[in-house]
Amino acid sequence: MKVTRREAVRRLAASVIPLAFPAIARAQAAARVVVVGGGFGGVACARALKRLEPKLVVTLIEPTGIFTACPLSNEVIADLREIDAQQFGYDKIAAQGITVVPQAATKIDPHAHSVALADGGTLGYERLVLSPGIDFKLDALPGYDEAAFEKMPHAWQAGEQTLLLRKQLEAMDDGGTVAIAVPANPARCPPAPYERASLIAHYLKAKKPRSKVLILDAKDEIPQQRLFEDAWKTFYGDMIERVPLSQGGRVTSVEPKTKTIITEFGNYTPEIANVIPPQKAGRIAEIAGAADRTGWCPIDPVTFASKLVPDIHVIGDACLGGGIPKSASAANAQGKACAATIVDQLSGKTPETPKLRGICYDTVAPGYAFSLAGTYVPKDDIFVETGNGGSSAVDAPRETRAREAAEAQAWFKTITADSFG
Amino acid sequence: MAAALISVPKQAKRGDIIEIKALTSHIMETGYRRTAAGDLVPRDIITSFACRYNGREIFRADLFPAIAANPFFSFFTVANESGKFEFEWIGDNGYSNTASAAITIL
Repeated sequence: MKVTRREAVRRLAASVIPLAFPAIARAQAAARVVVVGGGFGGVACARALKRLEPKLVVTLIEPTGIFTACPLSNEVIADLREIDAQQFGYDKIAAQGITVVPQAATKIDPHAHSVALADGGTLGYERLVLSPGIDFKLDALPGYDEAAFEKMPHAWQAGEQTLLLRKQLEAMDDGGTVAIAVPANPARCPPAPYERASLIAHYLKAKKPRSKVLILDAKDEIPQQRLFEDAWKTFYGDMIERVPLSQGGRVTSVEPKTKTIITEFGNYTPEIANVIPPQKAGRIAEIAGAADRTGWCPIDPVTFASKLVPDIHVIGDACLGGGIPKSASAANAQGKACAATIVDQLSGKTPETPKLRGICYDTVAPGYAFSLAGTYVPKDDIFVETGNGGSSAVDAPRETRAREAAEAQAWFKTITADSFG
Repeated sequence: MAAALISVPKQAKRGDIIEIKALTSHIMETGYRRTAAGDLVPRDIITSFACRYNGREIFRADLFPAIAANPFFSFFTVANESGKFEFEWIGDNGYSNTASAAITIL
């Protein structure tokens, strides 16, 4: 049998650790696992840890108190849904025996195994899980800073920004242009900008039919391109215009004062500028030393262990996952797999290789959606897609689209119940 | 598609250093890929790009299969006279594309 280097290292580690730390088996019962970030990944991980090993001391650090979900938030922008349908509290998680700390983690000391909190407190851990989601790489988009968020909302972290973009849409005169600046990958939820363009067009078609949606795109090819383009033609005619990378669509800078978007080959002054900036792992990952030069966190995809700092695992949007999209359903699957790994490792077992399922729905009009499902397994340093996934058929009948639209709503109920219910 | 995108400042002061950008849509097929049936996909690339400023060549590049689709050049020159920038791309299978842009010196 061929033993890969990683396998060899893991076996070695498995055999050495119990000798080096004879207390580990005893410590396991009361081991402390701290999870930073109460989004889909962090919550799934914390709950699975407690479920798999009730003796673990599990702490979830999340400052917001109320979570606002990104999936379906494009419907809020388009006035099809209210923001409170996106919001969830942490009561049920606390009731499960998980300590929910409503604080921001400000510093991580991997050597001392401790997390510093905004109120000055610290928490020790045997294992730390980082699930911080995304932050914005503002230095990659000159002119765009936190002050610009009000003028040119990104709405890429759901909440106030989502409502701001909706308010701007409601206030816009008929005949205006809504520009959406789309960054290159890797970024959170790659198909979502196109779902957003679709649903904004839906809103405009009913309320302000002389208006337009202009997508300025740093990519040439987009996920489910045929499906989107066919649906746009069917529902919105030529309301949606997309300028891809090879037509000069990449946004290179912005001027918030004049609401100008500058691309390689032109300037645009739309009535509404929805600027989705380039992204990186949530700030705490960088502070912990878990992010590399790309801004994302390299991991061992079998264990989600950071390649840069010991005893820290990184899940969800923040990790460099390769083929696995940065989506809620992937984060949920990663959170659970990471919890199983940690429980195995703490009891001296070799973790199983995870197989992750992810699905993502795109709604282009009420009652009309398609999906992209995938199964992902570790290969070298990343995840790759294996068979038995797939995209909705390009020529599927309307009933299929209607069924998938209903499934999207059901999926959201299921994943949020799994996470917060 | 013979689409080329050019970015040249419409106006500049004499002596200004200006940025010129030129992008053309092209598949840049390497000639190394095979179809599902195992046949080689023939090479189809742009092999040269040149820019002339009032007839004088100010930038030239040879392109090779390793260059990605839709080649994009960005370079600088000194604006010293009003006139015309001409761009030319030449490639496999008789490919040829030209574009031009005017500049006024203030």
